Amino acid sequence: MDFLRPGSWEEALAAKAEHPTAVPIAGGTDVMVEINFDHRRPEYLLDLNRVDDLREWEVGEETVRLGASVPYTQIMENLRAELPGLALASHTVASPQIRNRGGVGGNLGTASPAGDAHPALLASGGEVEAESVRGRRMIPIDAFYLGVKRNALEPDELIRAVHLPKADGPQQFSKVGTRNAMVIAVCAFGLALHPRTRTVRTGIGSAAPTPVRAKAAEEFLTAALEEGGFWESGRPIPPSVAKQFAELATGACNPIDDVRGSAKYRRHAVGIMARRTLGWTWESYRGNERSDRCA
Amino acid sequence: MSGVTRTPTHLTQGGATDAGIGASTLRPDGTLKVTGEFAYSSDLWHEDMLWGFTLRSTVAHAEIVSIDTSEALAQSGVYAVLTYDDLPTEVKNYGLEIQDTPVLAHGKVRHHGEPVALVAADHPETARRAAAKIKVEYAELPVVTDEASALAEGAPLVHENRDDHHISHVPHPNIVHRQPIVRGDAEAAARRADVIVTGEYVFGMQDQAFLGPESGLAVPAEDGGVDLYVATQWLHSDLRQIAPVLGLPEDKVRMTLSGVGGAFGGREDLSMQIHGCLLALRTGKPVKIVYNRFESFFGHVHRHPAKLWYEHGATKDGKLTHLKCRIVLDGGAYASASPAVVGNASSLSVGPYVVEDVDIEAIALYSNNPPCGAMRGFGAVQACFAYEAQMDKLAAKLGMDPVEFRQLNAMEQGTLLPTGQVVDSPAPVAELLRRVKAMPLPPENQWETTEGADVRALPGGLSNTTHGEDVVRGIGYAVGIKNVGFSEGFDDYSTARVRMEVVGGVPVATVHTAMAEVGQGGVTVHAQIARTELGVEQVTIHPADTRVGSAGSTSASRQTYVTGGAVKNTCEHVREQVLELGRRKFGTYHPAWATAELLLEGGKVVTDGGEVLADVADVLEDEAIDLELEWRHRPTEPFDLRTGQGNGHVQYSFAAHRAVVEVDTALGLVKVVELACAQDVGKALNPLSVVGQIQGGTTQGLGVAVMEEIIVDPKTAKVRNPSFTDYLIPTILDTPTIPVDVLELADEHAPYGLRGIGEAPTLSSTPAVLAAIRNATGLELNRTPVRPEHLTGT
Repeated sequence: MDFLRPGSWEEALAAKAEHPTAVPIAGGTDVMVEINFDHRRPEYLLDLNRVDDLREWEVGEETVRLGASVPYTQIMENLRAELPGLALASHTVASPQIRNRGGVGGNLGTASPAGDAHPALLASGGEVEAESVRGRRMIPIDAFYLGVKRNALEPDELIRAVHLPKADGPQQFSKVGTRNAMVIAVCAFGLALHPRTRTVRTGIGSAAPTPVRAKAAEEFLTAALEEGGFWESGRPIPPSVAKQFAELATGACNPIDDVRGSAKYRRHAVGIMARRTLGWTWESYRGNERSDRCA
Repeated sequence: MSGVTRTPTHLTQGGATDAGIGASTLRPDGTLKVTGEFAYSSDLWHEDMLWGFTLRSTVAHAEIVSIDTSEALAQSGVYAVLTYDDLPTEVKNYGLEIQDTPVLAHGKVRHHGEPVALVAADHPETARRAAAKIKVEYAELPVVTDEASALAEGAPLVHENRDDHHISHVPHPNIVHRQPIVRGDAEAAARRADVIVTGEYVFGMQDQAFLGPESGLAVPAEDGGVDLYVATQWLHSDLRQIAPVLGLPEDKVRMTLSGVGGAFGGREDLSMQIHGCLLALRTGKPVKIVYNRFESFFGHVHRHPAKLWYEHGATKDGKLTHLKCRIVLDGGAYASASPAVVGNASSLSVGPYVVEDVDIEAIALYSNNPPCGAMRGFGAVQACFAYEAQMDKLAAKLGMDPVEFRQLNAMEQGTLLPTGQVVDSPAPVAELLRRVKAMPLPPENQWETTEGADVRALPGGLSNTTHGEDVVRGIGYAVGIKNVGFSEGFDDYSTARVRMEVVGGVPVATVHTAMAEVGQGGVTVHAQIARTELGVEQVTIHPADTRVGSAGSTSASRQTYVTGGAVKNTCEHVREQVLELGRRKFGTYHPAWATAELLLEGGKVVTDGGEVLADVADVLEDEAIDLELEWRHRPTEPFDLRTGQGNGHVQYSFAAHRAVVEVDTALGLVKVVELACAQDVGKALNPLSVVGQIQGGTTQGLGVAVMEEIIVDPKTAKVRNPSFTDYLIPTILDTPTIPVDVLELADEHAPYGLRGIGEAPTLSSTPAVLAAIRNATGLELNRTPVRPEHLTGT
């Protein structure tokens, strides 16, 4: 195994172009486990740790440009207001030591359905900034996950950053594991309210071959909120609407039975998390945002 | 040993002479371990050493059709590739009691992960790659995975041609050992019962999950022997199994204990010991073997999973009438400690209760599942899970308080056990229950803060699954009984060598035993005993090795009792010789030398009235007193093979728990809020260590209540979760507050009145948590660990 250590982004792209089988490594959360367990024997490792700007983020007018290697700890500590869903998800990643090293780029690169960032990214919406020596392109997050541990990157492309809209409403993230910390998701659910567009978005983790959105649930809820005038009135969401939303979220799952949990449990748990996160985000919307607006 | 740069070192502990027994002196290895400076066996190093790697079977049960090592041998950097055919003597098996475990598989593999071949290479990765080039052709055989498949007509025999001493009394060759216990007339007693409850219980396979993986370094010596540095639980038991396979006399296999990162029973059986020595002797070079976590799950035995059928009866005023039970332990492919685990499970199946009429049977199966053997609690854990569930069911059926019901039936000093043995030291079962019940309960809704819910205090923790929705509190109680020491007539002795001499004008003691310090704190306690008995401040603990006699195993809650007893005994003899020397030198100067009870205190010879007669330094001058003595606790007897009668156990240990849990009933997630424990320890030699042991045992019991389980595929007998990614152990966020109430009722038969403590808290912790979850949910829950699926019906 050869270890490639580019000193700059341009060198990294050149190395990836020359060795398309090279596996990029930054925090090493996934890659080192796979190597240690002998699940993977990459011909080349492409170390991105000397590319400093991957660890930087910029908060713009509308969006946050989050470098691929910005560690989860930084997201939790510095971007809680702009990216609340992702900050909550970051808090559930592994242990403090791993959160100090790992970043969203790794989750996206591995594209495991169990990656903790995915439900938050899907619920927020956004784009993945991918680049190769051939040029740069923006891949919508909705088009990024193609299959089990398969993503939309070309062999010569690297992830440079993700561009996420600054939250315009409450976001929540919830994850079931069989331990109270440091656990891989049995299943997870992310929900973001987007009052500006009067839409809602969701993300489901570990309950389908890829991270998925519960689109039917989103459409149902968006319509129900609109038709009932809930955005203006801020009235509590009727239990029947919450129940229907939860059932549609369950319906978006296509899980498997494995050592971490049964398919039946995953469906059930996604429904519970959908109902609860809806309650929390809506309470927050009613409490904070509307009072802010009225003030 | 030139070239070895990291090997075990002496631990010298200063301390005032009042840092004797009963003081919470700090562990000499504690700070080193916390700061990462302690040298574990995985840190061993020798210049020019090779790395060993073990090729393991990828299937659970198969004939080995062929093994082709040629490609592996041809790889550069490879020094040796060994298979069964390379074993040097006629002794090719080993085992704790039954020598049924092949050093390397011969013609057949019996479980997933069985060692098939060994490689030594100049780099661990080279060894691993070479092993991958060994071609093993398997012809798979049907697997035995449970009692039904083990005893079915025409079932494959896991071991053909058994000739061990249990085969004559077991009903089927796929049963390792069977121990019935019959006393009174359970049938007749059942007719007197006003209520009868039955239950079928399942206990999952728990792993010891020690943090330091199996590792060691074998160094070939010029005399044709080998020096082996290894993390183990019992050096001399290893030695007895290693030497015959190597064809060496025991004095040519010199073993030294290396830094041990936990054991919990998982190091009682051999792992890399023989393999490392074989490679070292073959190559003439030092060989190090370190398992990674994945291999560690295959490198040691686990706790026996069990199925337990229980029937209890009681009169309407709450007195137990009888017990019928049947315990089936799955021993997996090799016997390991299964026979002794069966003895414990059967003899302790009644729990700490008075039941005169019993009909008990325990068996261990041979199967193609992973081998199971010793783990903290050793057969008593599985039984406690079942009988405590039964106690709650009986109390509920009688409309009685579960604690009062237990107290009404609790054993006490003088109780006759189903084995016919009388409990002849304090057995404060009712009092322990009273104490845990009397502790204040943790406040409700602790997650509520002015800034919203603190998810760390809720089920799901940081995963943010509930802010209080569907969270229900439950409370449960349990109490257990564990034997201390090796039972059933085993000669369970220990040896201690103690040297007393004057260094720099002050008397110092050196304590040398073969006791494996696996984290239990024996090195601390031995120094405390030496200070108390010899009145010295400074004690050096010599590294444990086989140059001194056996200390027995660091298991069965026995080391402080037995090796502590041996250190005390040798110190007493050393003291007597010091005093004798004093009498010879100074006896004429003071009549008290002849008439008074003399002690050693603060480096001086003093009378029991406190009068100083001499400095020990003046008594000893240039002489050293150096003694090595064996010490035994009182003997035990085997259990009768038909009736289970016999004085089988040395001592009993009791702990009670109260668990407070909060359950998210919709998601099936559990937060254990508090696990209060009361335990009788006889005498706390080191109170701080005692509390640490109780908290550790309690946490290990919590683990198997809510998360820890090795999952074996019932169709293939392959392990599905051999990693810490999917075999979960409690984190600090899963570990509750553990208030501990320590009771000290002396056992007059034991050194200082002490009681072995390490295992009892592991017994009652699990059923207490289960009882609390049942209390919160109203579900029956006959299986541990409890998974969210069980709590949500999914």
